[in-house]
Amino acid sequence: MRMRTVEISVGAFVLAGILALVFLVVRVSGINFEDSSTYSISARFDDVAGLKRRAKVSLAGVVIGRVSHIQVDTEYGEAVVHMEIERRAGPLSTDTGAQILTEGIIGSRYVSLLPGADEEVLDDGDEILDTQGALVLENLIGDLVTNLGS
Amino acid sequence: MPDLLLRLGHRALNRMASLGRASMLWVASVFWLPKPADLYLVVRQIHNVGVLSLIIVMLSAFSIGAVLALQFYTQLARFGAQDAVGVGLAVVLLRELGPVITALLFAGRAGSAITAEIGLMKSTEQLTSMEMMGVDPLRRVVAPRLWAGFISLPLLTAIFNVVAIYGGVVVGIEWLGIERGAFWSGMTDVVEIWEDIGKGMLKSVFFAVVVTWIAVYQGYDTYPSAEGIGLATTRTVVYSSVMILALDFLLTLSMYGDF
Repeated sequence: MRMRTVEISVGAFVLAGILALVFLVVRVSGINFEDSSTYSISARFDDVAGLKRRAKVSLAGVVIGRVSHIQVDTEYGEAVVHMEIERRAGPLSTDTGAQILTEGIIGSRYVSLLPGADEEVLDDGDEILDTQGALVLENLIGDLVTNLGS
Repeated sequence: MPDLLLRLGHRALNRMASLGRASMLWVASVFWLPKPADLYLVVRQIHNVGVLSLIIVMLSAFSIGAVLALQFYTQLARFGAQDAVGVGLAVVLLRELGPVITALLFAGRAGSAITAEIGLMKSTEQLTSMEMMGVDPLRRVVAPRLWAGFISLPLLTAIFNVVAIYGGVVVGIEWLGIERGAFWSGMTDVVEIWEDIGKGMLKSVFFAVVVTWIAVYQGYDTYPSAEGIGLATTRTVVYSSVMILALDFLLTLSMYGDF
């Protein structure tokens, strides 16, 4: 009899632990079973100013992907940003633009895509050509000072 | 002076020997997988170390979740960012506080009990009589406790996290009036399965190995006297706590230190 209550309580404990884990995965991390396949595109920027891996990629303010990794091309002195775009967001035309913006004043950097008009669409491995790097405050102040001086 | 050096060397050699004994104990018992017939030994130990730790773990979890929500709220509300309470709560709990505090409680509640139990068995020569009867005390006494610890602590950690988040929900949403939708969606946006939940659970597996190992070894290596058992129990709690916190730093460094 004693052993049986022990068994029942251990069973309930293990079940509770597993349910807790399931709750964490489903409710807290919000796993979604929708189509999550992505394709990879890249873009070259003259300055990414601290853009990080896993930063958001958004179109019209909606997150449609993440930065997967960032390389530096020492030959041209440019940063090559690789992005994973969700397929369910729909196709992006080849003349889509990309710029690096900042969330709020002290927020983190993210990539904002500007819609294009071309009929052809970007596919896995394609590159965005129309890019604009991050605005670096020091450079802006530098420009201002030289302009004021002249 | 030479006397001091002599004693220092002696102590160092003693520590080395004790580490060696602990490693041999671990290797000898951990590779013993419970046979189906001996499974009840493990079940009984899961009851002792897991089920009986449940109440202290859940009570602590609730108060920690509640107090975190309160602190996050008062700081974040100054920037009008009280919706971020859910994110902060979930990340802090899943990555750090959940595994660490559960392991500390586990060391205090279950680790000390394991040490005292095995220590008393040794003092009353039960372990020796087992050996004389041809029963291997490593398999009969040590291994079931090790496995019970490995199984129980990760489960307790998962339960801790859920209860603590519930504590945060009670204080944050029900009491302070954070908007329910913003609280949860902020959380689900940021929390990731492997990066937050998976790595947190992995930490608790490491802690489980360390705590149960220390507890079992201290019991097995007790000096067989009433004083010895007291000393060994204290050592279990102290060593486990220090090891958990030191190990946590190393694990965080290797898991999240992005450099």
